[in-house]
Amino acid sequence: MSDFLRDYLTVGIFGLTGVALVGLLLGLGSLLRPTRPQPQKYINYESGVDPVGTGWGQSNVRYYIFALLFVMFDVEAVFIFPFATRVDAYGWFGLIEMGIFIVVLALGLLYAWKKKVLRWV
Amino acid sequence: MDDLLLNQFLLLGAVLFCIGVYGVLARRNAVLVLMSIELILNAVNINLIAFGAFWGSITGSVFALFVIAIAAAEVGVGLAIVLLIYRNRRSVDLDDVAEMKG
Amino acid sequence: MLASLWQQLSDSPVPIDSVDLAWAGLAPVMILIGGALLILAVDSLVPRRLRPGSYALATVLLAAGAMVAAVPLWQRVQDAERGPFATAAGAIMVDGFSVFATFVILSAVILAALSFDGWLRREEMDGAEPYVLMLLSASGGVMMASANDLIVMFLGLEILSIAVYVLAAMHLRKITSQEAGVKYFVLGAFSSAFFLYGIALIYGGTGSTNLVRIATYLSATVLGDSGLVLAGLALLLVGFGFKVAAAPFHFWAPDVYQGAPTPSVAWMASGVKVAGFAGLLRVFYLAFSTYRLDWQPVIFVLAVLTMLVGSVLAVVQTDVKRMLAYSSINHAGFILVAVQAATAAGVQAALFYLAAYTFMVAGSFGVIAVVSRKGDIGTSLDDYRGLSRDRPVVAFAFALLLLAQAGVPLTSGFFAKFYVITAAIEAGSSTLAIIAMITAVISSYVYLRIIVAMYGAGDDVPAPRTIPLPAAAGLALVISLTVTMSVGVFPGTLASLAERATPVLIPESDPGAVDPSGVPPGP
Repeated sequence: MSDFLRDYLTVGIFGLTGVALVGLLLGLGSLLRPTRPQPQKYINYESGVDPVGTGWGQSNVRYYIFALLFVMFDVEAVFIFPFATRVDAYGWFGLIEMGIFIVVLALGLLYAWKKKVLRWV
Repeated sequence: MDDLLLNQFLLLGAVLFCIGVYGVLARRNAVLVLMSIELILNAVNINLIAFGAFWGSITGSVFALFVIAIAAAEVGVGLAIVLLIYRNRRSVDLDDVAEMKG
Repeated sequence: MLASLWQQLSDSPVPIDSVDLAWAGLAPVMILIGGALLILAVDSLVPRRLRPGSYALATVLLAAGAMVAAVPLWQRVQDAERGPFATAAGAIMVDGFSVFATFVILSAVILAALSFDGWLRREEMDGAEPYVLMLLSASGGVMMASANDLIVMFLGLEILSIAVYVLAAMHLRKITSQEAGVKYFVLGAFSSAFFLYGIALIYGGTGSTNLVRIATYLSATVLGDSGLVLAGLALLLVGFGFKVAAAPFHFWAPDVYQGAPTPSVAWMASGVKVAGFAGLLRVFYLAFSTYRLDWQPVIFVLAVLTMLVGSVLAVVQTDVKRMLAYSSINHAGFILVAVQAATAAGVQAALFYLAAYTFMVAGSFGVIAVVSRKGDIGTSLDDYRGLSRDRPVVAFAFALLLLAQAGVPLTSGFFAKFYVITAAIEAGSSTLAIIAMITAVISSYVYLRIIVAMYGAGDDVPAPRTIPLPAAAGLALVISLTVTMSVGVFPGTLASLAERATPVLIPESDPGAVDPSGVPPGP
């Protein structure tokens, strides 16, 4: 067996121990405790009052727009960081190139702004 | 990187790829289908980086960066289309989206 | 602080090999991208709405400008002394093939933009977005056609596709448009992922993503790690098959063509398909010609399936857009017949077919955009009854375009099919040629059905209605009809252009250009 696999053996043993421990405790509990099911016991706990509506609340759709915009611009950083580590080696050519790249991104933001996507309604 | 280590990464990539393919084929929720597609793309990223390390070239890593950006663009457009459908019919179930047949 | 930055930049302690960019080679792509960004900026910054049609005009001018920029490239690559050249460190190849495909893709942009203009005004959706998306999509297509590196090929494919997903889902009030968008998106993204996995396997098997270096590696090693490469090749074929709607990867095409806005379909059926086939030809002919005996049978099966599905299933359709969707699948099968030949004559036939097909199909969908009613409805066969009475000129033009698609002599479609079948027979696949001819006969029934509906008389002809014909759509129709008929009478010009675009797929060494394998020259 290679060292690589042996390292993972620890992880595997650790995981198995965890599963066994949880199973043991839950199993012991279910053996020891009395079981008298009542419908009230299955209602979601909501600070002592009866819960309203379902547990599957949905976030407002407008949050997604911001999430989308964030993902789009956030990910572009993967191109800026490698450039930044070697900015001196690329010289002026690289700087201008990255300027164009950022201007194009800014253009997208400008478009989103002018199309009133960024306004909180 | 030796062959044995490479194979482990490739195996991981293949497993993730298969999970993703299963997700696209079996899931009917559009958001979960999008997540499955993301999973496939990331499986490919693992492969690319492993092969890049195997051949000792930077191409694989650079390609993975491009794939990350493309995946973000793709999921952005996909979520936007799903949102459009949700606004019109209050459902993101792909089986409900079947006006055209034949 | 600025001074120290300048000092750092000027010193350049560890200079990186300067990226050798032959800017002229990138001019068409840069014009398309720059123009698209410019339109987007103008649309965001100009407070009041521009005159209707200005974005369409700008798009047509930009595409024409990119064509003008491509003319010197064509002259350069045809020049015996200078020839094809690579740029961007060997990632982009400018040869006759790429310039020819660029011209065809740009023609598709012009035709689709002209068709978009009147359609958007009728649907009250006039805006810059469709044109921006189409220009960006076209830039991706041009990148695919000139890619000499699988990374660039993938980027081009994604730029092409992501813009088209939006174009398909563009109609906000039409539920089938969104359905088309989501179907195209899910299947397209799925196939792109397969494509990408294929690239990863090929990179693993050959150690490079550069097409020329892959070819060199494969010809040097005798079946080294061929399992990886073959699996990668199969996955690449799945990706390309989806993009060009080849059976069994065609399922999205009828639904998407039916639901998507008709001018978007004009672009999808022409430009996207041309780019897909250009990429397919480049990868399979340039990088994997040594594996010819492995991929030829696969393409053979795909071609037969595609032609049969496209012709037989078209017969049972009642919607004209669906009929033309299946007929475009049939056309894809014909082009695959040319690809299967794996000869220079095959590439020539495929290029000729793509060029002729672009004008026929963009013109046909232009007619459908005109005949449909507000809300992008009215595309069933019954809506075409009495068209010869309501709009005799449009009906006549549509009939000619359909006859051209059927391959009737004196139209470009005849010579397109003729060259394909000749190439197949010369390459020794007579079976394929016979199947191709049979399916051509079957699918001509579909075209005749539409023509009969337009010209038929009888009780079921509906009451006359006025069909407005926007000037731009009329111009698109005139252009596509002129090209279709003139190529049908004088095929020699286009054929010789296609022939000169063929043999430079594998470039000879050119001292003035970047080494296409991307290896920096030694000291």
